Amino acid sequence: MDWISPRALKRLGMLNMNRRNVDYIARYNERSSYPLVDNKLKTKLVVAEYGVKTPKLLQVVRQQHEISHFREMAEGLAGFAIKPAKGSGGKGITVITGRDGDEYIKASGSRVDSPFLERHLTNILAGLYSLAGTPDVAIVESLVESAPSLARYSHQGVPDIRIIVFQGYPVMAMLRLATTASDGKANLHQGAVGVGLDIGTGRSLNAVQFNRPITLHPDTGLALENINIEAWDEMLEMAARCYEATGLGYMGVDLVVDANEGPLLLELNARPGLAIQMANGRGLLPRLRAIESLKRPHFTPSERANHAMEVFASI
Amino acid sequence: MTARSRLPFYVAVCLLIAAGISLAVWRHIELGIPWLTGEQRPVWMVEARIDFDASNSPVLASLNIPQQPPGFQILTEQAASPGYGFSIINSAGSRRAEWSKREASGPQTLYFKAQFVPNPTAQPDIPTREPTTRRVFWEEPEATAVQEILDQAKARSSTPESMTRELIRLMQPDTRTQNTTLLIAEENYLDLLIDMLNHAGIAARIADGLRLEDARRRQQLMPYLQIYNGRQWLTFNPKTAEQGVPENLLLWRQGSASLLDVVGGENSEVSFSMLRQTVPALQLATMQSASNGLGFLSFYELPIEEQSMFRMLLLLPLGALMVAFMRIVIGIRTSGTFMPVLIAVAFVQTTLIPGLIAFLSVVAIGLSMRGYLSSLNLLLVSRISALIILVIFITAGLSIIGYQMGFNTGMTVTFFPMVIIAWTIERMSILWEEEGAREVVVQGTGSLFVAICAYLLMSAPLAGHLTFNFPELHLVILGLILLMGQYTGYKLSELKRFTPMKVYD
Repeated sequence: MDWISPRALKRLGMLNMNRRNVDYIARYNERSSYPLVDNKLKTKLVVAEYGVKTPKLLQVVRQQHEISHFREMAEGLAGFAIKPAKGSGGKGITVITGRDGDEYIKASGSRVDSPFLERHLTNILAGLYSLAGTPDVAIVESLVESAPSLARYSHQGVPDIRIIVFQGYPVMAMLRLATTASDGKANLHQGAVGVGLDIGTGRSLNAVQFNRPITLHPDTGLALENINIEAWDEMLEMAARCYEATGLGYMGVDLVVDANEGPLLLELNARPGLAIQMANGRGLLPRLRAIESLKRPHFTPSERANHAMEVFASI
Repeated sequence: MTARSRLPFYVAVCLLIAAGISLAVWRHIELGIPWLTGEQRPVWMVEARIDFDASNSPVLASLNIPQQPPGFQILTEQAASPGYGFSIINSAGSRRAEWSKREASGPQTLYFKAQFVPNPTAQPDIPTREPTTRRVFWEEPEATAVQEILDQAKARSSTPESMTRELIRLMQPDTRTQNTTLLIAEENYLDLLIDMLNHAGIAARIADGLRLEDARRRQQLMPYLQIYNGRQWLTFNPKTAEQGVPENLLLWRQGSASLLDVVGGENSEVSFSMLRQTVPALQLATMQSASNGLGFLSFYELPIEEQSMFRMLLLLPLGALMVAFMRIVIGIRTSGTFMPVLIAVAFVQTTLIPGLIAFLSVVAIGLSMRGYLSSLNLLLVSRISALIILVIFITAGLSIIGYQMGFNTGMTVTFFPMVIIAWTIERMSILWEEEGAREVVVQGTGSLFVAICAYLLMSAPLAGHLTFNFPELHLVILGLILLMGQYTGYKLSELKRFTPMKVYD
């Protein structure tokens, strides 16, 4: 067994589960704001007011009888994604990438017909995928076409960027790449690759899979050293803007880069995980404390993003 | 919570813990509830035996029995006397055991048994009314002799106590003067002493004491002298003038006219035998709690059924403490927060190995059946409901098969809470689909490990003893759990999880 001493962790400033829950989530996140982030539809609507772009909302299916409109709407579309508003961890998300006659082609390549999709919508409404099984609504979004510069690193799935935003300041970021082990999902504990990103430049720092450092993507074989995220300052500002929209002091912001639309917000998370520290090879605590000890906070998202880029490039 | 507001919190937790411990210590001292199980305390069992010959007529036998004997506490009292009606009568400052029978003839034997606990602090109540002295008339020449002796004793003393001591000393054979020789005949010594003290204005009476020695039979009471000094009755040895009640002396009769009255019988006599016994200290405390003002703070007076329920309930906080510790400090992942506690409670009833076998087989069969349910795409509520019914079927099946095959283990399945098992199966199954079999094994063994730890803690005899007899100790547990809720340090599991960070250090 290999262990790291608590003193070494403290030197590294690693944020741990208990401290995250007590000192950050419980202290900075208002319980009343949780529904905003736990419901993707509410998130979309509220961040839109603050100028944060999300994938285009095509349709909201709230009730059973509205499902019949779905077929009409889907008629002219090549690709779209069906999501349960209250789903978590990517459960119940169906991504359609194309058409073949009457059939739809899923991201995995398998074909389904429209009764299958309608049954899927019914299940979402009944709460099959929602937390605690409460009734839910289904949202249909336009398909995100990942920017090719990033898409080539990922095995299936769209690579996304997780940014931890603390009191409106982006403090740490990583790129998440799906693998065969993670079954096309971007969850680190399921085997996705996490690539730490330098807040100052958007360049990759180092990468981990299953908590172990790697240098090459296990499926695509591409080197993970020299990834450079385009429009980085724009993304940081977007993430910082989400603080005004939700009021959550400590959250995870998940962004994707669309080939046509640029950066889009996928979802927000009020309880972001700790693995981002391992992807960065740095602890969160020094950065969080730096923000907490700020005498005069910056008032606009762009000021905060700039401050973060200056300060956290070195910490 | 901000750093500022934590101080009152820690103060409150410290108060909780201090209150729990001090209450427990106080009850240990006041009620004598032992800290450990199996502690023994000495108890004197004294048996009074009354023999008389009945004369074919209604019989009423009345024996004076102890009332607040100094240095002892009465634990139990009982009478054994077939065919006799029995009751204990409190009247005019004395307690009497009364036996009655319509018709009796021939030799009769009645028994009265009582258990006494040595208790150095036990003192009789202060009399509410001052005892009165009676004047005694002596004829000459005794009157002069009495007066002279009393004057002599009075001259050498200052208080009723010292007066009594001096008088006893003057009456001893080696110091006797003419005056005393005139007065004393061997059999009337104590009566004379009491008459003289009364004459001198000091209330005095005879008290009968029993010298306690292990396994003695046919003992008789020994007379002692008691005087009233204006506040309380004091006991003197009439021969040595030694003041106070010796440690092994039980005052059977104080301030009562007679020891034994028998109506309808003759040749009556009473004799005593005694035995030194030991009883569990806990039993002693339980029996005494009713008479103690603190008794209401314990569960001893509840009906037995409720008591045994509380015995179980009061173990739960220990399980909760174990789960909190395992999850917050160690970082073991369990499926369902308090599922391990409920499983541990079931283990307490089934014992570990049979319980483990039963639990694992129900969950395994349930998981395989749940596989089919998940292919039906049912909604959550009906899926769980169906699962509960399946779990009941499995339980019934295991019990019946186990019983037919001659294993009692099968029967123990019924102790497991069905709804909890159904939820466990549901969670495990979802976990299997979403995270894979590995996570199921991790969380399953984590849950079982915590459950077994909680079981080992809860089934320790000392744990059951302390939680039930010192319920206030739960304040300490509460305090510890609150403290753990503020623990922001690393979990043990995180030291493993973050190991790859070593390279950056």
